[in-house]
Amino acid sequence: MAYTDETRARLTADSAAIIARYPRARSALLPILHLVQSEEGYVSEDGIEFAAETLGLTPAEVIAVATFYTMYRRRPAGRYHVGVCTNTLCAVLGGDAILADLREHLGITGDATTPDGMVSLEHVECNAACDYAPVVMVNWEFFDNQTVASARELVDRLRAGDPPTPTRGAGLTSFTETERMLAGFDDGRADEGPAAGPASLAGLALYRSATTSGGEK
Amino acid sequence: MILTPVLTDLWDAPRSWTRATYEEHDGYQGLRQALAMEPDAVIAAVKESGLRGRGGAGFPTGMKWSFIPQGGTAPHYLVVNADESEPGTCKDIPLMLGNPHALVEGMVIASYAIRARHSFVYIRGEVAHVIRRVQNAVRQAYEAGYLGRDILGSGYDLDITVHIGAGAYICGEETALLDSLEGFRGQPRLRPPFPAVAGLYASPTVVNNVESIASVPAIIRRGPDWFRSMGTEKSAGHTIYSLSGHVARPGQYEAPLGVTLRQLLELAGGVREGHELKFWTPGGSSTPILTTEHLDVPLDYEGVAAVGSMLGTKALQIFDETTCVVRAVARWSQFYRHESCGKCTPCREGTYWYVKIFDRLESGEGTEEDLDTLLDMSENILGRAFCALGDGATSPVTSSLQYFRDEYVAHLTHGGCPFDPVASTVFAGASA
Ligand SMILES: Cc1cc2nc3c(=O)[nH]c(=O)nc-3n(C[C@H](O)[C@H](O)[C@H](O)COP(=O)(O)O)c2cc1C
Ligand code: SF4
Ligand code: FES
Repeated sequence: MAYTDETRARLTADSAAIIARYPRARSALLPILHLVQSEEGYVSEDGIEFAAETLGLTPAEVIAVATFYTMYRRRPAGRYHVGVCTNTLCAVLGGDAILADLREHLGITGDATTPDGMVSLEHVECNAACDYAPVVMVNWEFFDNQTVASARELVDRLRAGDPPTPTRGAGLTSFTETERMLAGFDDGRADEGPAAGPASLAGLALYRSATTSGGEK
Repeated sequence: MILTPVLTDLWDAPRSWTRATYEEHDGYQGLRQALAMEPDAVIAAVKESGLRGRGGAGFPTGMKWSFIPQGGTAPHYLVVNADESEPGTCKDIPLMLGNPHALVEGMVIASYAIRARHSFVYIRGEVAHVIRRVQNAVRQAYEAGYLGRDILGSGYDLDITVHIGAGAYICGEETALLDSLEGFRGQPRLRPPFPAVAGLYASPTVVNNVESIASVPAIIRRGPDWFRSMGTEKSAGHTIYSLSGHVARPGQYEAPLGVTLRQLLELAGGVREGHELKFWTPGGSSTPILTTEHLDVPLDYEGVAAVGSMLGTKALQIFDETTCVVRAVARWSQFYRHESCGKCTPCREGTYWYVKIFDRLESGEGTEEDLDTLLDMSENILGRAFCALGDGATSPVTSSLQYFRDEYVAHLTHGGCPFDPVASTVFAGASA
């Protein structure tokens, strides 16, 4: 289904703002793909055509780029997109068990979405949170130090529309709203969440207690 | 106390990510000092400090800046590499979450030094809140006159664009990153020309890691000698070591370069209770693994190289005796196959065959010959691949065969993996 005139006008204005950030228009392609993904939860044919028209590229050129990057989806994500890290460290510490359990629990395989459209599930590579392993991401917010049981409870609450607060991040909205933020549009929520989790502070906490208790510096 | 918190020092302050908190802790004082200096004097100070790139290769930062040809008409660019995706690496993400203004201040100083008027920070896309914090810091810096026109009355102008990636490990490789930033598939470029000569939009460009750039404000403010007072002769300064895996207190430990894993493990409460160290990576999965033999190796560029590995990103992934090394390496190989950009044959084909062979080993269909094939293939990838991703893919394979060949053989005689995967999990006691 083609975009309505209203949608098209809005995307055109947003794209112009994106293009203005760069010395050359083509640099806007990745953010514009995030922008079109914020419309339908994936990069649709309309999205590809829109990006191509906006930047004066062929659809084939846009597809070549879109398929290179794992975040651009070919099918709609759920309202909450869940990524379980199964790179070696998380896998060994429990990520493999968590992913296997969630697949069974949700009754979905591969990169799929629950029939109610609430939760999509995929495995992800190292998300730079290894000191909090095993790690689960929801709409690219951190849910640290997961177990099979906690991850199950997490997705149950997501399906029930009662999302828990991320360990280090802003409160969850929807996948598409996150994608709009990734296209570079401020959602005004930078002040939510903590500065750092306990593992980030592990060394600093030791240093503080050594230096305040009169220990040598 | 061997720890030296500098970059991490602000992380426990209330609302540490805000400009107000940063300024209360001497924030943007380094920038004021830098703007009173000649750009070349800033480069000289960074050279003198001995700062080396924290993105993996350890190239001297001041020297990199001095390669930018001056006097031409093409614009210059600074591009900060915030793609942090090397397995095990988890320092830049908390740094940007807790102290994003250190990065922004460092970017303004570095851009001034290399005479850039537009700079970019390329952040991986899968970290929503980190992106918010950096965007917010950039916005606050504009509001305070640290960015934009005539910065602090100096006559210097700079814009920063926050660019968001879309999921591709290879975009951390600096030339692939530049292609990606130009709106293409992220595939490495042939070098020379190096980015210093023809980088972003074929213009002179410096690419630096987040931690490298965030280290600059304190160097300017406190002086190169202060920085050199930490670390070793060739590996100067403080740096963030990231401990993860089977340790009692995983996390970030900022210490002088040259500490040992033994010292860091002591701080981190040792390997998890009732278990012992088996193998570890010094700097992410692309650096050859080490063992209990290497507990006293100085974790600086020279020390780790001397035992056949690399300091890399200082991502110390710790695995205890419950971990199957073959499973660990198999999973890393799957990662490299998935992330290979496909541009060159040794890496594209080699990682594909790695995965095939590891599948056989894990399912009990492997042969002694497979182990030799793994080594042969590694020889054919190492040094023949177009970029360092291919070399990195061989690191876990060859080093694990060097130290743990017996365990590979056990997979042949046992008909597959002899380990219980539950035993290595954090919830082993609870659910088993
Ligand atoms: C496959 C691959 C991935 C890389 N990923 C990163 C990364 O995520 N962040 C980073 O700073 N450097 C990464 N690098 C290293 C960069 O190419 C480059 O050396 C570095 O950004 C330079 O910054 P520095 O001199 O400040 O260390 C990667 C290199 C390769 C080969
Ligand atoms: S080594 Fe791998 S990632 Fe690098 S250019 Fe070749 S195929 Fe691409
Ligand atoms: S291995 Fe899972 S976050 Fe790094």
